[in-house]
Amino acid sequence: MLKVTIDHHTLEVPEGTTILQAARMLGPDKAPPAMCYYSTLEESGGKCRTCLVKIEKNSDQEPRPIPKLAASCRTLVQDGMVVANQSSEEVINARKDVVELLLINHPLDCPVCDQAGECDLQDLAFEHGVATTDYQEDRRRFEPQDIGDLIKLHMNRCILCYRCVFVADQLTDKRVHGILGRGDAAEIGTYIQNAITNDFSGNMIDVCPVGALTDKTFRFKSRVWFTKPMNAHRDCAQCCGNVVLWMKGNEILRVSARQNAFGEVEEFICNGCRFDSKSTEKWTIEGPTKISRHSVISQNHYAANPHTPWKGLPPC
Amino acid sequence: MRPELLQTFDELVACYPEGKEKSAILPILHLVQKENDGYLSVAVMDEVAAYLKIQPIEVYEVATFYTMFKLKPTGKYVLEVCQTGPCCLVGADGIIAHLQNTLGIGMNETSADGLFTLRGVECLAACGTAPVMQVGDYYCENLTPATTDALLTEMRDGTFFARMERENGD
Amino acid sequence: MGIKILLQDLDQDIFSIEGYRAKGGYESVRKAFSMPQDDIIEEVKKSGLRGRGGASFPTGLKWSFLDRKSGKPRYYVCNADESEPGTFKDRFLMEKIPHRLIEGMIVSSYALGAHKSYIYIRGELMWIANRLKRAIAEAYRDGFLGQNILGSGYDLDLYVHPGAGAYICGEETALLESLEGKRGNPRMKPPFSATVGLYGCPTVVNNVESIASIPWIVMNGGDAYAQIGIGKSTGTKLISACGHINNPGTYEIDLGMTVEEFIYSDAYCGGIKDGKELKAVIPGGSSVPILPKSLILKTAAGEPRLMTYESLMEGGFETGSMLGSGGFIVMDETTCIVRNTWNFARFYHHESCGQCSPCREGTGWIEKVLHRIEHGHGQSKDIDLIVDIARKMEGKTICSFGDAAGWPVASAVRHFRDEFEAHVNQKGCPFSC
Repeated sequence: MLKVTIDHHTLEVPEGTTILQAARMLGPDKAPPAMCYYSTLEESGGKCRTCLVKIEKNSDQEPRPIPKLAASCRTLVQDGMVVANQSSEEVINARKDVVELLLINHPLDCPVCDQAGECDLQDLAFEHGVATTDYQEDRRRFEPQDIGDLIKLHMNRCILCYRCVFVADQLTDKRVHGILGRGDAAEIGTYIQNAITNDFSGNMIDVCPVGALTDKTFRFKSRVWFTKPMNAHRDCAQCCGNVVLWMKGNEILRVSARQNAFGEVEEFICNGCRFDSKSTEKWTIEGPTKISRHSVISQNHYAANPHTPWKGLPPC
Repeated sequence: MRPELLQTFDELVACYPEGKEKSAILPILHLVQKENDGYLSVAVMDEVAAYLKIQPIEVYEVATFYTMFKLKPTGKYVLEVCQTGPCCLVGADGIIAHLQNTLGIGMNETSADGLFTLRGVECLAACGTAPVMQVGDYYCENLTPATTDALLTEMRDGTFFARMERENGD
Repeated sequence: MGIKILLQDLDQDIFSIEGYRAKGGYESVRKAFSMPQDDIIEEVKKSGLRGRGGASFPTGLKWSFLDRKSGKPRYYVCNADESEPGTFKDRFLMEKIPHRLIEGMIVSSYALGAHKSYIYIRGELMWIANRLKRAIAEAYRDGFLGQNILGSGYDLDLYVHPGAGAYICGEETALLESLEGKRGNPRMKPPFSATVGLYGCPTVVNNVESIASIPWIVMNGGDAYAQIGIGKSTGTKLISACGHINNPGTYEIDLGMTVEEFIYSDAYCGGIKDGKELKAVIPGGSSVPILPKSLILKTAAGEPRLMTYESLMEGGFETGSMLGSGGFIVMDETTCIVRNTWNFARFYHHESCGQCSPCREGTGWIEKVLHRIEHGHGQSKDIDLIVDIARKMEGKTICSFGDAAGWPVASAVRHFRDEFEAHVNQKGCPFSC
């Protein structure tokens, strides 16, 4: 076991643990934000730069500080490491810079975006951003695209986290979409208007941290905070069958995978469960989904749990 | 694909360790682009994917990253004029303007006769012999309006590549 | 004129292997095979040779980091992706003396225990790639490559791999990604290439000029190399000089010559073209800070500025610059610094790989603001803004591209703020551009 101190909290972690994973052990409110890292997707992380932390001491063996801020999601804990996350002004300021840069080309169309209320970028901007920007240039623009019957791509909103590409690579047998172009002209796409039809493609929607990939069967049906999320399950030959039903009255508006306290999918679900099982008789409803008290979704007081220590997280 | 081309693919793939065939993608795409009238169509990229046993999207991802790959048909001669700082210090802007006037086309346009496409490119590592443009595999350096005109004449006559190949021993 | 290590005998036919061997070419291969590999690495360490691609990391030290115990194959890769604006020295060397590089590749590969080595050359230099391929064929024919080279029992295959248009592939790990057939996105470090490089195996990547220096070091010893130059700037360096000078071209200099001599001597740049006044110099490729005449000829302390790593850095980012890749860009009094800065900003915007957010977003932002200033639509707060955007990117990106994109901007504003203000106040470019 390795000893690591993060914001003056010392804990022991197994070898091979990243700083971010270690910080998450302290609880969601102690962990750095992560817009591209996804613990269940191999190779994810390192790109968004929102999880940068200060390594004040590299290890007992090599006690020097690391001059540059480090991406906590891709940096392994060394024995005796001392890390400053929220306790470092440099880190907080760096995060503000990164958030500002992430937002300059983001359309800020939250009022018409289906992701509003459960958007990681919205939460990030609220918690770590600055209220103003000096950016006054044109934003990059792409036309919205249908990538198949079930998923809508709003490239304008994409922050190029690559998560959906890793889902397609690691969950499906034949990836048809990827990153095209480069620099700020890079985009998610299929290049040839290809439809994404794989049985697990819907998981791309759940891993997307913004409103770039949304569920076409749910689009504009309801604001997410007017729905009632219920945990439910069914026997499914394809996947675990454990889901969240987003309901209005007795109507199922949307089905999604269940997420943990860090907004990550616990178990990926198949498209059959997600898109084709929208009648209540197909499901055994377990009860209301726990929602962070601070989430806008809990403003309707569905299943609000006053004892939940989670803060500012998407629904789970 | 022509069998001779596939044989060349095999030779290119043999430059890399077993199981690392994807390494050959850039050399193969260069070759295929040349064979396919100077651009990469979806059809030829799909053939490359099939040859390398990878998904077509992996080829598209690579082809769209590198600026030397053209994804749309071009003129017979693609005039790629360096427009980066050092070239501009010594007159690249003037050469670009001269080409635009002479050919009657703007940047990224192709002349009506289908002969010329004009593009601005970034530093070609020829700053000491600037201004410079790349045409196919070759550089034309120390450009002036007069030498540029002479090159255009050679291209119209169809003798340009023959001379370049001769001079470079290709 | 100092000693020539890289460009020696350039006036004679050393392009062909016959001519090259007649001048002692490939002798270092024989000598290297008579030495234990560790001794070669030791000589390179002693030479003080620093990476000539721009980062100037000690080559011998880099070699010593190579994981030689992993049991995996080791790879040796030449970075010939020369793309830094102002830099054309590697191209010159490969074009004129391809065998110098090949000889260096063989000796270095042997020292490091690599049996497959690659020259990653930028795709635009296709005709030079073809020259290298023909030269490699000559080297195979003469027994310097292939199985059991010169009866030593050592095998090496050497390949030329063309890129396809991406400045970022000059970044070591982006180069390796590209060599693996992927998009040229830099990798996150650690792990470093010395342990996890090409195909996940231990790998060393060196610049063309660094590699071409190795044969001389092996033949003459690291100490002899270290005696050339001053302090930690040992040996000779290729400087590619361009811009408003009488003699643009590639020069091999002893590190330690004064900048003034390099600019004004007829043996080198030959002074400023058309009798004009020197205004500014970017001494190490577009990524390094620009210096006005007063600070490039003399340091802020009034000492003559030398062509060494240390002297060019004297004064830090406030009043100094860097030797970088040796791309020496000279600007005369007619040059619009704002236009040139905008031009470079456009370059970095175009070349950002887009993988990490600060660089992807910041490079475009800087370009747009600079474009406005140059074209008369800037406000005075925009001048501080571009410096601030550079600061927002700096130190937060996966690779050093984000820093390199910001430095030219910050230094241009630092030293030529009045020109930026003139653009804003006159609502246009005061120069005839």
